Parts: sequence; structure tokens; C-alpha cells
Amino acid sequence: MQPKMIPALALALCGIWVAGCATRPSDSETERAVAEMIKASFKTRGQATVARLNQDDAQALCSKHAGELPKDVSDGIEKAQQATIRYPSSGKLMGDWREGERIAQSGVGKQFTDAPTRPAGGSCYNCHQLSKQELSFGTIGPSLYQFGKQRGASEAIQKYTYGKIYNSQASTACSNMPRFGHNGVLTEEQITHLVALLLDHDSPVNK
Amino acid sequence: MRIDRVLAGVLAATLPCLSPAQQDTQKEIERYRQMLQESNPAELYEARGEELWKTRRGPRNASLERCDLGLGPGVVKGAYVRLPRYFADTGRVQDLESRLGTCMVTLQGFTPEEAGRKPFSGTGAPMITTDPFSGVGQRSVMTDLVAWIASESRGMTIAPSVSHPKERLAYQAGERLFYYRAGPYDFGCVTCHGEEGKRIRLQNLPKMTNAKDAQRAFGTWPGYRVSEGELRSMQWRMWECVRQMRFPELEFASDASIALITYLAKQAEGGTFDAPAIKR
Repeated sequence: MQPKMIPALALALCGIWVAGCATRPSDSETERAVAEMIKASFKTRGQATVARLNQDDAQALCSKHAGELPKDVSDGIEKAQQATIRYPSSGKLMGDWREGERIAQSGVGKQFTDAPTRPAGGSCYNCHQLSKQELSFGTIGPSLYQFGKQRGASEAIQKYTYGKIYNSQASTACSNMPRFGHNGVLTEEQITHLVALLLDHDSPVNK
Repeated sequence: MRIDRVLAGVLAATLPCLSPAQQDTQKEIERYRQMLQESNPAELYEARGEELWKTRRGPRNASLERCDLGLGPGVVKGAYVRLPRYFADTGRVQDLESRLGTCMVTLQGFTPEEAGRKPFSGTGAPMITTDPFSGVGQRSVMTDLVAWIASESRGMTIAPSVSHPKERLAYQAGERLFYYRAGPYDFGCVTCHGEEGKRIRLQNLPKMTNAKDAQRAFGTWPGYRVSEGELRSMQWRMWECVRQMRFPELEFASDASIALITYLAKQAEGGTFDAPAIKR
């Protein structure tokens, strides 16, 4: 290559580099595009209204910090979510584990294809191992087999378990697990049945 | 959860015959998958799609043979693995399904509503209802075309275009949407597709930020789903995931759907395309 061509080549490369950079949209451009898509690409169907796409504080923070969750953000979420937990007025946290098993098996609820009048299930087996008999279990969450056998069923454990199902993010910010009580997916009573499934001595989970 | 029950049944039936060392859920799922690969009804959809491409239809009584899928008018071979991409005539980034809709309008004279009608197949006659699931007995022209056009990229390398600013924007927006959590279950795509080696019930979940997983996932859609007895497209895959996320309905060929597909295609870049595949 002749020496006088070098500056020309450098200039050309520079041009390509600049063009390359110019084609990368900024964060704010991307945010605008996403906001536009959230508005224009979805439609209300049945119970699944477009209002569901409006994020609450936890959802917005968890989306924003999907890569890495800073400690102060995580602490803030847990504190705010802890304050949402409502315990049953009866004070009874342990229901019927048989009911709990039915709720744990059921994956229906809140989809636009689900009847809104039908109570939602907990979809527990979708992500967790629970009883030994059920082979079709997911692994997104930890195995809960022998959950109660390992922890006992003291009042403190009952309260912890109820709270975890009511609002998983009270103890683990941005947990993958839905906030079943807080978001109105499961009733307080349904949650007590799940507490029993996890903690009752006679539950298949603890066999 | 129908197919989970089928799988559980298969497992329950085969487990007692195996030695304890072989009683591994994962291995059994893999075996079931291999059994499925042996014959793929997607071929029937592909054959119909090839015929439909050449068939004169619509108010203009025209075929799709001059449709530009990105590699020039009428070029089908290798088109799927280069999509989504930016099209100057529409000013949009488009995936295959969105682009076919454009051609049905511009070449065949259908209205946009007609072109987007019945995007996903049931079984039976083509294109009547707007509902992908109700309307028993409806076949989808779109699905048949997608099956054939995808098959014309089999064995090729996934190489979507992300050089145009709008392609770049679609990719970046798709990435944001992937992490967008909302709704009564707090779900986002990332809930199920953010970690390696996870399952829902017995169904394996690809981690979409992992190239190998993304390549296998993107490279096997469209796919014939044994559980539904239907061939399903990438648009359907997005629509169905979003439904299960408890979100409102994702509109067919919408910008959000295309942004997500652009993101996934880019994650799968360099993989070998092997679709229409057969799936659980």
C-alpha cells in the first residue's frame, strides 16, 4: 500500500465507525419505542386488560435492574413488600393440606382464556417439587419436598410460610415467584391451605 | 397441562422397566423427544404452503410469487434466516408473518384486516375467524405459507440483519421487553427464560441469553406441536407465551412481537436453522 493511501483509508474506516455508532439508538430512544409498543401492540381480552401492563414500583425496579440488583434497591423493595402482608383475621394460618394439594396442582387463573369466576390455582408444581408422588414438577423454584419435616410447624414457621406465599418479594426482592396474596391471585384462605400442604405432618410433602 | 400428563404417563409407564441409574427424568424427556422426531406432519403444511405461494388469490387474483421477503422479489430460499429486517417500502422492521401480510395486501389486494385474519391454524378450511383457538375447523393460509418458507432455510445459518437503525432499535426494544415484568403474576419473558437448565413441569426452558439455548429454540420454530395437532409459528409462540404471562393479548405482527422476535433471532445468530421441527 502506498503511504499516501493510509490517511484516506483511515478516514474511510473512521467514517464506517462513526456510521456504525450513529446507528445505535440511545437509551431514551429505546425507552420511547418500548413505551409506544406497550401502548400499541397489546389489546384487552377478557379479564386480561391492558391496564395490567402498567408496572407497580417493584415490577418497574425489577425490570430495570434485571441484570444486577443493587443492595439498596433490593432492601427498599423488601421493606415495602413486607408492609403489604395481610394475615387472616381468624389468626389460623394452617388450613387443609388436601385442599392445598389441589390448589398446588392447578395452573389456571388470570389468563384471558380462564373463566374469571373460577378460582385461580397456585401453579406450584409448575416450578417446585412438592410431594414425592407427582413426577411432573418444574425446577424454576427450589424443591419443597419435606419442607415442613425440615422446619417443623411452629407459629414462626407458619407465619414465614404464609408471608412467603402472600408476597414472595417481602423476603426476596424480584423473586420469580408471583406475589399471590398481594396481587389478589389467591385468597387468604387458599394460602392457608398451601401452608398446610407445606407444613402439616400428614401432608405428602412431609412423607 | 395436558401434555405434562402425557409425559408423566410415559414416565410412569417406562420407569419401572429401568435400572435405578437410568431413572432420570431428563433422560426420559430426551428419549420422548427423539421418538417424536421420526415423522413430522409439518411436511403436509409445507406442501400446502408451496402451492399457496403460487396460487392466484384475492381481489387482484394474484399469486405471491413476486413477494419480496428481503432477498429480492420471489426469493424464498434462505429468506427466513435473514429475518426480521427493515423494509424500505413499509418503513418497518418485519418478520416473515408481518411481511407476508404486506404482500397479501400489496400484491393480492386483500385489506390489512383480511391479511391478518386467522393467523394461526385450527384444523379445516382456511381463513375465516379472527380467533386463533375458537372456530373449530379453520386452517390458516399464513401458517401454511410460513411452514414452506421456513423449510426453504433448513440447514442454513441464522443471520438476522441488525445494521439499519430501525433494526437496531427493534433489537434493543425487544431486549427491554424481554425483561419487562408486569401483570398479576409479575411475569416477564425472563421469568422462565433467564436461567439455564430449568423446567416448567416437565417442559425444558431455553435460557434466551445463552447462545446455544437460543439457537436451538429459534432454530426449531415454526414447529408441529403434537399436543395440539397443529403447526405453530414464531408469532404464535410469542402470542402464547404472553398469554401465559397473564398479559393482555399480543397483537399479531405488532411492533412488540417483531421486536421480541428480532431480539431472539439475534441471540440465536450463528445457529443452524432446522425448522419446521416437531415438538411435544
